Amino acid sequence: MATLKIEGLRASVVGKEILKGIDLTVSSGEVHAVMGPNGAGKSTLSAIVMGKPGYEVLAGSITLETGGESLDVLAMPTWKRAAAGLHLVMQYPTEVPGVQLDAVLTEAFVSRERSTDDLDGLIRSEAGRINFDERFLTRSLNVDLSGGEKKRNETLQLAALAPKIAILDELDSGLDIDALRDCARRVEDMSNDGDEPLGVLAITHYSRLFDELKPDFVHILADGRIVETGGAELAATLESDGYGAFAPATEDSADASANALADLF
Amino acid sequence: MSAFSPDAARAFSGNWGEFRLAAAERFAAAPMPTTDEEIWRYSRIDKFDLGAFVPKAPVTEVTGPPDLASFLSTDTEPDVIGSDAPDVFAELNRAFMSPTVVKVPAGKVVAAPIVVTHTVSGDGTAVFPRLVIDAGADSEVTVVERFVAADGAETDAALVVPVLQVNAAQAARVKYLAVNEVGAATWQIGNQQAVGHRDSTTLLATVTLGGDYVRARTEARLSGQGSTTKQVALYFAGGDQMHDFRTIQDHDAPHTTSDLLFKGAVQDSAASVYTGNIVIREHAGGTTADQTNRNLTLSEGAWAESVPNLDIRTNDVKCSHASTVGPIDEDQRFYLESRGVRPEVAERLVVLGFFDEVISQLPSGAVTDDLRRRVADKLDLGTREGAAA
Repeated sequence: MATLKIEGLRASVVGKEILKGIDLTVSSGEVHAVMGPNGAGKSTLSAIVMGKPGYEVLAGSITLETGGESLDVLAMPTWKRAAAGLHLVMQYPTEVPGVQLDAVLTEAFVSRERSTDDLDGLIRSEAGRINFDERFLTRSLNVDLSGGEKKRNETLQLAALAPKIAILDELDSGLDIDALRDCARRVEDMSNDGDEPLGVLAITHYSRLFDELKPDFVHILADGRIVETGGAELAATLESDGYGAFAPATEDSADASANALADLF
Repeated sequence: MSAFSPDAARAFSGNWGEFRLAAAERFAAAPMPTTDEEIWRYSRIDKFDLGAFVPKAPVTEVTGPPDLASFLSTDTEPDVIGSDAPDVFAELNRAFMSPTVVKVPAGKVVAAPIVVTHTVSGDGTAVFPRLVIDAGADSEVTVVERFVAADGAETDAALVVPVLQVNAAQAARVKYLAVNEVGAATWQIGNQQAVGHRDSTTLLATVTLGGDYVRARTEARLSGQGSTTKQVALYFAGGDQMHDFRTIQDHDAPHTTSDLLFKGAVQDSAASVYTGNIVIREHAGGTTADQTNRNLTLSEGAWAESVPNLDIRTNDVKCSHASTVGPIDEDQRFYLESRGVRPEVAERLVVLGFFDEVISQLPSGAVTDDLRRRVADKLDLGTREGAAA
């Protein structure tokens, strides 16, 4: 079992405070949805958990409890966070020309001291589960892939690497309904795994993701703070009433700079 | 300089005496270039000392298909060589050259690549290999020319002044690859010149990993309607190395197509220069020309310069050029690291991926597998800042 604990997290980008005190705890087998309007700080949260350069942590801590250890995530380089069991599914997966999926997974397995003997078979079986056409397996990472293919590629990597806790940054953006169903269903299956259920922090605008991926908790993030936490029914309330009911009535919105930042992803 | 005197040239080998003498006299009469001249501006020519070298015949080995001997020779007619030299080093090659001539008969398809290997010994040796590829009408040939340091001479001073001449007759298909892995104290100043006649296709590829200062001038002239040329290069300089390229795409006939892709990387305190020119002459309408040069700077102390030029003298053309110099893309690095790939491995993957676009266009598969490994090995040599955590 593993637990990701985010406590009192405040963070800024180019001098502008985006996260103003976030507390979230995600354990194995739980699915947490973080919903919020544009500019609320959702992508910033995922970037900071994974250690993307360009963000400054002002206060708070992120801890990963796994295998009887308590790891100070913010003190670890990105690759060690991943090897320890954190994974980020990116909203806009980066194109890496000339680098193929099997090369990345091989090196990722080597970092984790996992055998690569069956990697090829694993890639093919995971591709089959989410209807990722095998002809895309030999393309450069995310190059010349449609939005749906990119998200299938991300989901394939997630399944092959089998992390403890996954952050999905808008898995549901930029893809068709078939691809969304394939990807969301695979994540739901991982979160229900009998031996090592995946913990999920799913960042999204829309509740359509939850047709397949069933959230245990829904958090509403607005202006850098969690303003409401509830069960799956909260997503339904949002769907009918919108974010307006939860957004703080303040002029001090993080929208502008956070939107600029979201473009980076 | 007496080692390179006209008399020394005339006596250099048993043939071509007067031709060599005349070339050496032209060389002696011409001033040595300096960095004041535009075409030598970024070069290390000011540090060049010809007096430190003595001309010798190179050790050259040629392998190829079983019938290789029927179209291979070490002699040719002086008029094939011609008399115009693009610089004094090409002139010096003429005076002290050791020719290898591949003359493919019309209509012949040479299935297996011909591999010409020059092994460069040290002790101030200067060698002047000249490779002539004379492809007859509708023939097809692939030639790989390798420049390597002799065992034990990897750090000795040496000078290599190669000249390549490619003549692709009507509808001929020629692929050429030069692989430079000379020693760390070797200077190489080369010239490549290809002429493509009607409907011919020519590939000039270069891989440069070795040397102290390595310069190559590579010129593709499209002299026949419907001819196509492609020039590609991979270069990777580390330590104090400098790689210096000048390229020319010269469209001298209508409806011709040229493409160029040069990709380089520099690390440690190494330097590279790319200067490219596309010339489209008045009568070369209906022409397409592309030129791309991309450079990765892998260390703070490394330096790369890219200078694209266009000289277009007619309107009916499609022309593009692109040029970049910069470090590894931070987003690419983060993407790989977010999968748990170590930073130094992520850098290796990104650099190899960067070069893959060139490697995939090289003509000989056996050479390219090995190339990926050698590029990766070279990355590990340098101690670079910025690769930690």
